[in-house]
Amino acid sequence: MTNYIGKAVKRVEDKRFLTGKGRYTDDIVLPGMLHAYIVRSPYAHAKIISIDTSAAEAMEGVVKVYTGKDIADSGVGGVPCGWQINFKNGDPMKEPPHPLLVADKARYMGDGVAVVIADTREIARDAGDAIEIEWEELPAVAHAKKATEAGQPLVHDDAPNNLCFDWELGNPKEEVDKALSHAHHVTTLEFTNQRVIPNAMEPRSAIGHFDESTDKYTLYTTSQNPHLTRLLLCAFVLGIPEHRVRVVAPDVGGGFGSKIFHYAEEALMIWCSQRLKVPIKWTSDRSEAFMTDAHGRDHVTKAEMGFDKEGHIVGLRINTHANLGAYLSTFAPAVPTWLHGTLLQGLYTTPKIHIDLCGVFTHTTPVDAYRGAGRPEATYLLERMMDVAALEMEMDPAELRVKNFIPPFDGVNEPGYQTQVALQYDSGDYHAVLKRALEMVGYDDFRKEQAEARKQGKLLGIGFSTYIEACGIAPSAVVGALGARAGLYEVGQVRVQPTGKVSVYTGAHSHGQGHETTFAQVVADRLGIPLDDVEIVHGDSESVAFGMGTYGSRSLAVGGSAIVKSLDKIIDKGAKIAAHKLEAAEEDLEFADGKWTVKGTDKSIAFGDIALTAYVPHDYPEGLEPGMDFSSFYDPANFTYPYGAHIAVVEVDQDTGQTKLKRFIAVDDVGNVINPMIVDGQIHGGLAQGIGQALFEGAMYDENGQLINGSYMDYTMPRADDLPSFEIDRTVTPCPHNPLGVKGAGEAGCIGSTPAVVNAVMDALRPFGIKKDLEMPLTPERVWRAMHS
Amino acid sequence: MIPNKVDYVRADSVDDALSLMAQHGMDAKLLAGGHSLIPAMKLRLNAPGILIDIRKLSELRYIKNDGGRLIIGAGSTHHDIVTSELAGQAYHMLPEAADLIGDPQVRNMGTLGGSLAHADPAADWPGVMIAAHAHIHLKGPDGERTVAADDFFTGFYSTALQDNEILTAVSIPIPAAGTRSTYQKFMQPASRFAIVGVAAAASVKDGKIEHISVAVNGLADAAFRATNIEEALLGQAPTAANIEEAVKGTGSDVMVMADHFASEEYRLHLAQVYAKRALLAITQ
Repeated sequence: MTNYIGKAVKRVEDKRFLTGKGRYTDDIVLPGMLHAYIVRSPYAHAKIISIDTSAAEAMEGVVKVYTGKDIADSGVGGVPCGWQINFKNGDPMKEPPHPLLVADKARYMGDGVAVVIADTREIARDAGDAIEIEWEELPAVAHAKKATEAGQPLVHDDAPNNLCFDWELGNPKEEVDKALSHAHHVTTLEFTNQRVIPNAMEPRSAIGHFDESTDKYTLYTTSQNPHLTRLLLCAFVLGIPEHRVRVVAPDVGGGFGSKIFHYAEEALMIWCSQRLKVPIKWTSDRSEAFMTDAHGRDHVTKAEMGFDKEGHIVGLRINTHANLGAYLSTFAPAVPTWLHGTLLQGLYTTPKIHIDLCGVFTHTTPVDAYRGAGRPEATYLLERMMDVAALEMEMDPAELRVKNFIPPFDGVNEPGYQTQVALQYDSGDYHAVLKRALEMVGYDDFRKEQAEARKQGKLLGIGFSTYIEACGIAPSAVVGALGARAGLYEVGQVRVQPTGKVSVYTGAHSHGQGHETTFAQVVADRLGIPLDDVEIVHGDSESVAFGMGTYGSRSLAVGGSAIVKSLDKIIDKGAKIAAHKLEAAEEDLEFADGKWTVKGTDKSIAFGDIALTAYVPHDYPEGLEPGMDFSSFYDPANFTYPYGAHIAVVEVDQDTGQTKLKRFIAVDDVGNVINPMIVDGQIHGGLAQGIGQALFEGAMYDENGQLINGSYMDYTMPRADDLPSFEIDRTVTPCPHNPLGVKGAGEAGCIGSTPAVVNAVMDALRPFGIKKDLEMPLTPERVWRAMHS
Repeated sequence: MIPNKVDYVRADSVDDALSLMAQHGMDAKLLAGGHSLIPAMKLRLNAPGILIDIRKLSELRYIKNDGGRLIIGAGSTHHDIVTSELAGQAYHMLPEAADLIGDPQVRNMGTLGGSLAHADPAADWPGVMIAAHAHIHLKGPDGERTVAADDFFTGFYSTALQDNEILTAVSIPIPAAGTRSTYQKFMQPASRFAIVGVAAAASVKDGKIEHISVAVNGLADAAFRATNIEEALLGQAPTAANIEEAVKGTGSDVMVMADHFASEEYRLHLAQVYAKRALLAITQ
């Protein structure tokens, strides 16, 4: 019997968040703590001729200034990359050094050059301005495709043509070429999936503290995965012993991917503290966040999709340039490859698929995983292609999708669906989500309304997106074979206290996802105890044994499953104790509602009594260890595959080109749902970000590599009044390979929504016969120009 | 976002503020709502040595009807104007424009006087003040003077305000009964300032436009009166066709701004669209 699973339990963490009592890294004040300010390059590409720090160091309250040369002289490593991709010819990708501060030249606007340590943040900031740097500005290149052309400036001398790697996936290219050459119709689209800036509400922050008396290091940091940060910091960057390093990621105010990665500032604070023997804090300001938090997306793509006469897809050929920025961020090479190329099957039975992709260095902020990571790019590509193809072939876009859907399968009675691009989907009924979404929008009526509106000069449009994602990242052996330099299991420890209260230690990290509630619901239900009796601990390497953190919609599917494994061990051990106490055979017992009962009798013993017995083992099974504390590693058997259908309805103002999003329908299947309120919240947030990319957001670099919209006055975030009240629903197809049957909900909204909005705008503009694809974001001027050119 | 070191002093009165300004000269900046000044200081685009705080001066915060003129103290917040019946009775466009500024936090802190003195070309008040035939009241060491809003905004962030003067109030002649007004704004989506804003007031008698006043902000380096529209429509019937014709050429004699949100061509187009919308809204 379940009491909590499936219920909209209010978030236990909200008490502290909503009352302003959260404790974020920047809230932490340690005795004797100093403050750091990082001087950054104002140029995208420039040689450092000289640095004069004397005036800064002479300022009152300034303790020390270090430059890139000091870092280089200390012999520490640079920021490592966590994923290796090989060139098609087998050579490893180009992996140029990424120093904590640069000594020779800056490679993007924001590259760290020097760090000032001072008594206060204000003094450090003022002293930063007093450092005199003589620069020699060099030509820069910001655009991924252009960067590979002859004669362009090189980001790294040892990466010719700025190529980090080239890569391919899918069926042999000749087979795809052949399929397309025989196709009845080929739809071709060239487009950019623009660069977006994550903009977590809390800017990044790090406190490094080396305690000389104990030889211990502590790093407080805004991280989505503190253990991985510790591993990289110890093994690759600073070479300090892992058992002497504690990494704490306390309350973290949003990440969207940008706080997965190990950043230079984290290692730099430890490095500085090592030298000055006091805690040192750095907190990013918003301008720095725009420049230095890893960005997302930035693909330049040509896609060709072939169809037979009836509209069945016969082949898909893709060529993409993926911008990696100036240095390789932690998971940068994985995003355009294994998180993007592998999703190009979509929900369709496409028999032949081939992608050619180049990972390219440019003089821009590093690009890495941002909510959805690769999967939004794949979905945008496929879903724009489907709508354009439907238009070109004069078919209904919803019908074209249905015609190509993979038939339903549950992954239990029949195997998963093997794609042409390496993945095996777990379970799904793709027709069901679209059918439900079409019902909700009232599709037939809408087309009539649209026709009527057009007569009156009103431009209504409808756009579809049916998507799939690979989440629950990921089976370690699989990702290892694909180049990951880490396993992607999760750790869950359940410690039953003598009084029957339960502490759970998870390697997943909550920075907005509500783990403290959702995970507690699972534990309370499984053990049949009140929710209040469960505490979820995360984010501290000293209390949590190990973990791989939160990203890729993995927390519940992988982290939750690890906890379930430990709960199973608790229940098994409890049964042994209960059998002893009840003088019954273990196999005659059943565990439900928080007690063990001898089947067919009213003889039972409660969970709390068993917990106490485990710690006061006076009357106890012979040979059984005391205590009730189990830890488990869960390595998933497969990715999970949430999917859904999104429909956007827009009205475009013909006079101004402004798009009004009138309705947004999202029907998602994220497998089983533990807390529907939290899942709804995740969907809503994801939709806002996906819609943001379609209509508002986009990093802009000029020809000198200057980020020209790095502020909230210039970079448009989606706001509440830009969005309609979302209409959402779900179907439930449980994941067959994890114990909770969950698939993940954090990225779904962001993956499905973007092409739905763009498709809707293009549908609204149909009377204008626009052939060319419009670049995102679909700003009013772009749309107006398309209508009036 | 850490500003340079700055001193702070709170003035007890406008006269006290004037003497503090005299004492500190160019090193001083007046602080009212601070919603343009403080962000600029945080970005170190502005680094005054001392801030003279006039935000709490009650002598600057009032809205009153004074013998046929609406007087709004410079320290009145945007929110004060949103909720002022007197302001709404004089010109609907006053609370309408105020309500389109920023968000509730900005409207609760930002002041009319601060916005006018700052003269951001994309700000909303300059156009509204020109359309309302406002006079800007300035007080300096040599006493008070007034400048017509038409003459006040002289260019990019520049006005007729002297360095040693404080903008104390605006006074607006209350228009004849039957005058309708509106402020129509195409927002810059990130900042929510105006890419183009059109303030218009008009009255119609016997099917002809009897009075008309139209001003545009956001388009050029400073807000300006759209005399082309006024001349074309005065005495004419406010038909859609006449309005359509009248707005053509709006902004053709000013330097039009451009940025990554809106090119010159698009801004000019928007000015016509919004002028048309504004005029249709108050004459139909």
